[in-house]
Amino acid sequence: MIEKTQSPILRVDDLRVAFGARKKWTEVIHGLSFDVNPGETVALVGESGSGKSVTAMSILGLLPPGQARIEGNIIFEGREIPQLSPDEMRRLRGGDIAMIFQEPMTSLNPVMTCGNQIAESLAIHRGLDTRAARAETLRLFDRVRISDAERRFSDYPHNLSGGMRQRIMIAMALACKPKMLIADEPTTALDVTIQAQILSLVKELQEDEGMAVLFITHDMGVVAEVSDRTVVMRNGDLVETGTTADIFGAPKAGYTRSLLSAVPRLGSMAGESLPRKFQIYSRNSGEAEDIKINETPASAPGAPLLKVQGLTTRFTLRKGILGRVAGRVHAVENVSFDIRSGETLALVGESGCGKSTTGHSVLRLTEPDAGTVNLNGENVLEMDKDKLRQARRRMQMIFQDPYSSLNPRRSVGNSIIEPMLVNGLATREEAHYKARELMTQVGLLPDTLERYPHQFSGGQRQRICIARALSLEPDLIVADESVSALDVSVKAQVVNLMLDLQQRLGIAYLFISHDMAVVERVAHRVAVMYLGEIVEIGTREAVLGNPQHPYTKRLLSAVPVADPSRRHVSRVIDEREIQSPIRQPDYVPPSRSYLEAAPGHMYLDADIS
Amino acid sequence: MATFLLRRFGQAVILLIVVSMIGFTILHLAPGGPLSQYAVDGSMTQADLDRLADQLGLNRPLPVQYGEWFLRMLQGDWGVSYRDRQPVLDIIFSHLGATLELMLTATVIAVVLGVWIGTLGAIRRYSFFDSLATVGAMVALSIPTFWFGLIVIYVFSVGLDWLPSGNRYTIGDGSFWNRVHHLVGPSIVLALVSTAVWSRYMRSSMLDVINQDYIRTARAKGVSERRILFRHAMRNALLPMITIAGVQLPVLLSGALVTETVFTWPGMGRLFLDSISYRDYPVVMGVLMFSAVIVLLGNLLADLLYSVADPRISRQS
Amino acid sequence: MTEAVSPAPNRKLARWPVAQRFADHRLALFGLATIIVLAFSCLVGPWLLPFSDTHIDMQSRFAAPFSGSHVFGTDMMGRDTLARLLMAGRISLSIGFSAMAVSMVIGVSVGLIAGFYGGAIGAVLMRFVDAMLCFPSIFLLLAISALVSPTVPAIIFLIAMTSWMEVARVVEAQTRSLRTREYTLAAHSYGASSSRLMFREILPNAIAPIVVAATLNVANAILAESYISFLGFGIQPPTPSWGNMLNSAQTYLTSAPWLAIIPGAAITLAVTSFNFIGDGMRDALDPRADH
Repeated sequence: MIEKTQSPILRVDDLRVAFGARKKWTEVIHGLSFDVNPGETVALVGESGSGKSVTAMSILGLLPPGQARIEGNIIFEGREIPQLSPDEMRRLRGGDIAMIFQEPMTSLNPVMTCGNQIAESLAIHRGLDTRAARAETLRLFDRVRISDAERRFSDYPHNLSGGMRQRIMIAMALACKPKMLIADEPTTALDVTIQAQILSLVKELQEDEGMAVLFITHDMGVVAEVSDRTVVMRNGDLVETGTTADIFGAPKAGYTRSLLSAVPRLGSMAGESLPRKFQIYSRNSGEAEDIKINETPASAPGAPLLKVQGLTTRFTLRKGILGRVAGRVHAVENVSFDIRSGETLALVGESGCGKSTTGHSVLRLTEPDAGTVNLNGENVLEMDKDKLRQARRRMQMIFQDPYSSLNPRRSVGNSIIEPMLVNGLATREEAHYKARELMTQVGLLPDTLERYPHQFSGGQRQRICIARALSLEPDLIVADESVSALDVSVKAQVVNLMLDLQQRLGIAYLFISHDMAVVERVAHRVAVMYLGEIVEIGTREAVLGNPQHPYTKRLLSAVPVADPSRRHVSRVIDEREIQSPIRQPDYVPPSRSYLEAAPGHMYLDADIS
Repeated sequence: MATFLLRRFGQAVILLIVVSMIGFTILHLAPGGPLSQYAVDGSMTQADLDRLADQLGLNRPLPVQYGEWFLRMLQGDWGVSYRDRQPVLDIIFSHLGATLELMLTATVIAVVLGVWIGTLGAIRRYSFFDSLATVGAMVALSIPTFWFGLIVIYVFSVGLDWLPSGNRYTIGDGSFWNRVHHLVGPSIVLALVSTAVWSRYMRSSMLDVINQDYIRTARAKGVSERRILFRHAMRNALLPMITIAGVQLPVLLSGALVTETVFTWPGMGRLFLDSISYRDYPVVMGVLMFSAVIVLLGNLLADLLYSVADPRISRQS
Repeated sequence: MTEAVSPAPNRKLARWPVAQRFADHRLALFGLATIIVLAFSCLVGPWLLPFSDTHIDMQSRFAAPFSGSHVFGTDMMGRDTLARLLMAGRISLSIGFSAMAVSMVIGVSVGLIAGFYGGAIGAVLMRFVDAMLCFPSIFLLLAISALVSPTVPAIIFLIAMTSWMEVARVVEAQTRSLRTREYTLAAHSYGASSSRLMFREILPNAIAPIVVAATLNVANAILAESYISFLGFGIQPPTPSWGNMLNSAQTYLTSAPWLAIIPGAAITLAVTSFNFIGDGMRDALDPRADH
């Protein structure tokens, strides 16, 4: 941003990286070139497998020697990085180029205090003695806004939250005033409000220190928030590069266009009350694919189906040999909502808010402590084993991780027919016939029924899970973060499939998600959870368009906007951490009352954020 | 931390009770039960045996007998040897020193060698050294300890005459060097399996650690490879080894028994075997229980050490 | 729906990746070959040899190996060492396999029940496992073997009784983790019964560590038999076993070292082979290698 005319600080030219052993090499980066100018932020974006992290690691020479082969030029300030001696390389790392990583939980040494891990860097690169290093570390803590720096110095990493650890990582990176920072998906593992804090911290520090930033991410929203220029990658190839404004305003490559269109944009649904499918673009040509988006209108809610009242689930924490109750996790606290058939209620919130436990409690996969769950007027929580089994047929679940939700030792066909056989709904032959039908319904070839889960991609596995859930013809599907682990374009397709099925079969969804932008597309109504309670519930238009509760407002303002011209650089960032739902054993939850903002739009009469 | 210690201690107590129940059951499994010695030598009639059983309270309900037996054990009354009428616990303690000496020496050898081999194997993974160490460890784990003992005696005592073929010291020469000389053979034999085990675990632990994100972090901030190994990786890799030391204790004890037999080493293992041959049940049961208690305490100690060494446990807020 | 075309390409060996990885493990192949040869010669060998393992010939006592008609020499009673070695192999190998089978049945059942039901049942079972593991196995084996008459079935039972605990621990840990896997939850939510969950969802996915444990268990059972027989409490002469062949070898170590070397080498070879196979299995079945 300062002087763009000077020569680039980092020049990557025709980079080729191959992995392998002995003589079998597989090239994963096929001739990548880009520049980073001093003081500039360049975003490297791509879906999983695009080679963006490998690029970052090869710049710092962090790929395992012997297993990786690097060709091409990586020139940092006129020096060829691959040709540096080990000593020069060490001075470069942490001294001239610093790096922060995706997993703050595992990126710090668990047996060294946070302070010492930063001080070590200062001692190595700046030759500071113990006392000077300590003083400097405390100053750095202050810079990354870690309060109570003295105490934090001697804390071990496990005492800190993910956001805090990422701040420590940033402090460590800044320790030697590097000229360039490589940030490899630094906010992917964090909750959205914490992500906003970290992003604004990185931007602020960058401007103060005048360093260049190479920001690696899969999230176009984050790209729009932080970067000056953008490099789009796919399968190890450069797809397109340009200023971020150009990339977002006038993408040239078809792939970029399909990537951008698949990015959910919060606020794009203003004025529409029903869900709407994503437009899918061809990944090669970038042309819109004709999927007849609005041929039939989205499903409108029908008769009442599920009514949850006062649902409460707590986990007891025990300590000592006698199992004294040391505390309780108030995972779900007095939660009430209802769902009509053909309707989607989205349950949103950050980690630990109890949204998944709510989903499990409704199906009694976790036994709730109190409340009622009425399905078609019958209380699920009072059912005996047989009745519960019958009730579960009408409520199915789709899970988050496409890799662990299918039994790896069973063909997908058997996975799909199993529920029908267990419930005695069909003979093996009938079930097999039905399975072929279901495969077609979820957009897979019926001939692939004999294959095993590892032969399918993540998105395909999630489709199979949907087929398995559909085999029992349920009225309600609890979708627990079902599209969160998928790449953005695949995510759009699976969401479209779910909407399509809802439209055709009148299924209701309890859609549990932390991804506000997807929620905006799929939900008829939205419930926002925080610390086990619903803080706000209402129609999607009302809650997202006119949020009432302070936490809802905070959550919505933290969602990155995929539009570089609407960047909220100067927004006030709340520095609050997410609270823990663990309470003392004698804690009595306060009685809550809800205020009504509009008919059906309720919010909690207390600021618990 | 205090709660952690308390819980571990409580678990150890529960375990001790279960262990004693198993021991008590085995004692009563014996044909003739605790009286089998008298039954075997034929000097008593069935009527005598019944009277004796009555006197010793062997006709009362088992739980009552167990309770009394357990309380007596706690008070240090482990019964009297049939052979020489000595209190069992005294006999065990008089043999304990020799066994501990052997086990400690073997452990030091095994830890030093094992950690070194394992670390080197991990950082030079798939090198010639690593392959050799891997195959070597597997073979070492497969060699019966007594056979290795025989080979060592055949080569170094019979063949080369470098080492004595048995005993703790030459009668009449209790000097330090004489004792060390006698210790060499058995401790190498006992250390073989432990060295193999330690090197395997150390290798996999070190491999785990050097692939961790925080090692990459250290590398990314310019820490030298040497410092990464010794300051960042070593301590993390050694942590699980503390637990391994506890888990390996019964294996080490078993090995000691066999080694003592081959080298006529006057320790607990020899005592145990001799007592079995004499059907000296109080001593057999005593040594069995005693070795289980040693293992139990060893594991408790390993847990405590671990909790001190790992900040994730010791600094829990 | 562009994504929904066809699954990932079916690689050449995708069908038998485990077998392929095992075949890549040279030591494991060596182990497998050795065991097959060893088992075959123990089975067939005694019929082909000119000497019976029980034939006593006081005239040719302590004949050295490779010196006459006795390839591996003779023992203190003039019995042919090779004949005894092969007959002993029958006993030792079958004890190894049978003890493994019994201990796997116990270990897998205990581990599966403890891991699946958890709670009080799980706690009681696993504390029992912990307590059993406190006893050094040789001590336990000897103490009990001194109490029973040492027939082959008794020895098998004894070894199994002292070696099922590790298996139970492994299976318990696996079961506990697989029970919360999402596909198990899914099966639970569509109404699968407990036994279905255990035997259809959990056990097939825990098979890898079970197979590895079984292989290593054979190795340890052969070792255990040799220990107690060497110490005189195992298989009793004249029935030969690799362990009891060594029983008297120490006495003649100076004059007839082959009596110690040959059976010991046989034990080491067999046990090493099983350990190699186990290691190969572990690598071949490692789920991380799938991706």
